[in-house]
Amino acid sequence: MTTTAPIGAGVPAGTPSPGADSPGTPGRIRRTRPGNGLLFVLPFLTVFALFLVWPVVHGLWMSFTDTSLALRDTSFVGFDNYTEAFGDPDVWSSLGNTALFTALSSVPLVLVALAMALLVHSGLAGQWVWRLAFFAPYLLPVTVVTLIWTWLYQPDLGLGNQLLGRLGLEPVGWLADEAVAMWSVTAVTVWWTVGFNFLLYLAALQSLPTTYDEAAALDGAGAWRRLWSVTLPQLRRTTVLVAMLQVLASLKVFDQIYILTKGGPNGSTRPVLEYVYDVGFTGYRLGYASAVSYLFFALVIIVSIAQLRFFRKEG
Amino acid sequence: MSVAATAPRRRRRPPRAATGSPLLLGHGRIPRVLAGAALAVLAAVWLVPFVWAVATSLQSEQDVSTPGLSPLKGALTLGSYEQILERGNVVLWAFNSFLIAGLVTLLTVGISTLAAYGFARGTFRGRKVLLAVTVAAIMVPPQLLVVPLFRQMLLFDLVDTYAAVILPQVVAPMMVFILKRFFDAIPRELEDAARIDGASELRVFTSIVLPLSRPVVAAVAIFVFIGAWNNFMWPFIVTNDPDLMTLPVGLATVKDAFGIQYAQSMASALLAALPLIAVFLLFQRRIVDSVATTGLGGS
Repeated sequence: MTTTAPIGAGVPAGTPSPGADSPGTPGRIRRTRPGNGLLFVLPFLTVFALFLVWPVVHGLWMSFTDTSLALRDTSFVGFDNYTEAFGDPDVWSSLGNTALFTALSSVPLVLVALAMALLVHSGLAGQWVWRLAFFAPYLLPVTVVTLIWTWLYQPDLGLGNQLLGRLGLEPVGWLADEAVAMWSVTAVTVWWTVGFNFLLYLAALQSLPTTYDEAAALDGAGAWRRLWSVTLPQLRRTTVLVAMLQVLASLKVFDQIYILTKGGPNGSTRPVLEYVYDVGFTGYRLGYASAVSYLFFALVIIVSIAQLRFFRKEG
Repeated sequence: MSVAATAPRRRRRPPRAATGSPLLLGHGRIPRVLAGAALAVLAAVWLVPFVWAVATSLQSEQDVSTPGLSPLKGALTLGSYEQILERGNVVLWAFNSFLIAGLVTLLTVGISTLAAYGFARGTFRGRKVLLAVTVAAIMVPPQLLVVPLFRQMLLFDLVDTYAAVILPQVVAPMMVFILKRFFDAIPRELEDAARIDGASELRVFTSIVLPLSRPVVAAVAIFVFIGAWNNFMWPFIVTNDPDLMTLPVGLATVKDAFGIQYAQSMASALLAALPLIAVFLLFQRRIVDSVATTGLGGS
């Protein structure tokens, strides 16, 4: 490939090169000024523009139209979709479900991951077995996860109800009972995804300097004391990162809920992104679906900014 | 070089990941036993669904439908696996998944490393603005794109093609950002020597920068592959033809048709799970390390 713009290796200092940032270092070989590099970025910029920038802009435009799945006959409707969304009880209830799911799932996904990492890191034998046990579910495609759990939640033969039966308790409609379904879906999610947070914590633990721990031990601090006063404070940054990533990930829930319950029973588990899918692909109202997803995106941005400010103040 | 000279040096630095920090528990017996018990219980809870699924997949449909707590109610049989393999679509979906995830990984890693290098070393006009836009794009949830992307695919007449599944997944601003940060940290002196010798930028990139970045490139490749292999929403929306479906999508569509046959469901689930579990067993250490390398962990 001879396309890689002029390099100018060995060209004397001061030779103009596009966008060169260092005219004033005489005597030295110019600060690296590789060609100009645009060609390297071009393939990425192309797919980026086509499959990210364009859809973002196009989606925004669609949200002001009555676009349907058919490609023609679209008219501009101004803010109609947005005003409709604000008055749409299904938008509010699915937003509520998303918020509930985020609240229910984020806490265990941070705390259980932390507990797992601390236990695995504490020097007990069999490291790789524990690591595999906790991380393996994260590697499963969502369909596999939901197949396994649909079986565990099966009303008559599933492990869940058979265990309850053994304990002399009434069977539970894991995915069929409105009061229970969201908890069941959350349990699946925790089982499935905790491994990633666990790995983040484990990596952090392994990179901590041991000196503070050793010093505290010499001063006679017990195991609990050192955990509370040395290890956990050192993990602060990681906890902030894990918590922020987790809240954003939970807000975007769709796959596992869609496959497990299709949003049921009676809409009690339907998250907002499933509502977008239902409206757009089952109801064929792409314009309205876009408006709802942009409202949701605005909310995600607000939550991210709020989190950033909260944690910055704390720190 | 005598063996004696090298052996002690090795012993002095045991791999920390393998031992963890014994200090965390101290040397008392009680905390160790308690921690061991807690770990065992957690691990059991996490493994039970797998064990239950494996046991179920090895039963006949009849035995599965007799109630009982023991996961093994009848004789072991590979019948469910045979039936699935005979029907063939799981194999076809696995092939599609491999092809799609493989191509997505190849294209993403290629495009992203080039772009990251261009951003890290390039001097073209607008570099900073473009980089800022790329970083900002990390915030955009992929779900936001689904509706307009689908319409775009209709427009290009790409619905139900491999291209439609693959192309939108190739855009990975996060990976570009991670790689760029890594390239920034590589001392430029290493490259300058080659430049003075007249190597082209592409040459500098492929023979100096890339080899130095092997760990982070591997990490990115692993994450992209896992992501593409497990991706559900986009392939689900853009494919209707069962011959083009990936494993996650195919299994979800037959689940509704064959949902009652639990032995077969579990067998197909486990067949679909095997490749990635194997990948993890092979690359365990690398995956754990990569979380740290990519800067997601620690600082």
